[in-house]
Amino acid sequence: MSDKTITLSLMDPPYDSETTTTALRIAEAALDKGISVNVFAYEGAVMLTMKAQQAHPNPVKGTTVEDQQHPTTSGFVGALFEKAAGDVQFQWINCGLCVDERGAADWIDGPKRGGPGDFYKWTQESTNTLVIGTR
Amino acid sequence: MGKYLLIESRDPYEYGDPNYFYELARDLADRGNEVAFFLIQNGVFPARGGAKPDKIGELRQAAPRVRILADEFSLRERGISRDATAPGVEVTEIGALVDLLVEDGRKAVWH
Repeated sequence: MSDKTITLSLMDPPYDSETTTTALRIAEAALDKGISVNVFAYEGAVMLTMKAQQAHPNPVKGTTVEDQQHPTTSGFVGALFEKAAGDVQFQWINCGLCVDERGAADWIDGPKRGGPGDFYKWTQESTNTLVIGTR
Repeated sequence: MGKYLLIESRDPYEYGDPNYFYELARDLADRGNEVAFFLIQNGVFPARGGAKPDKIGELRQAAPRVRILADEFSLRERGISRDATAPGVEVTEIGALVDLLVEDGRKAVWH
């Protein structure tokens, strides 16, 4: 465990960019090192934690849901909440206005609603902040 | 002087703007700053040995003190083995990026 914290800001929606996978890899690696992680999800990234996401079969290949083992971003994020333990925290805030305009309010357990002020507060409290913009 | 972590995720053979990021790394180093240039996602393509134009070789020649790292996961996804990378590239895990992120005073920029 360390007393360090990193804050990530994400903007990409799910299943759109490899950057989402990278950001979640960074978060997992930090937790593994005992470093706490904050994620501020902005714009389309608020949909990463939507509870209704479902794995799907591949009708082109004729494979089932079980064959595909299709990962969901909400599953990844949920696993990060489960990985955090003790003093090593994993926090996730979804931008409230971004949620409202997308009708994207039904999340897995863990994320909270917030705003840019929360992101600013995290930047002041964290060891470092990485803003990952969309393209 | 400052410490910087520049994370390049874009392929300079596909887009023009990574060239500015390479220039930023060079210029920061020229001014005495400590620069770690971390290649990830399609940003690892120039890390292939023999890639032309040789973006990594050019950066190393212009700014020998810039530390150049490449994400092993991104390399592996693209079929680039460790021993096929260009000289001067440190092949490393994502944890190395985290270690750099939590160094005191290091500024991080994603591109």
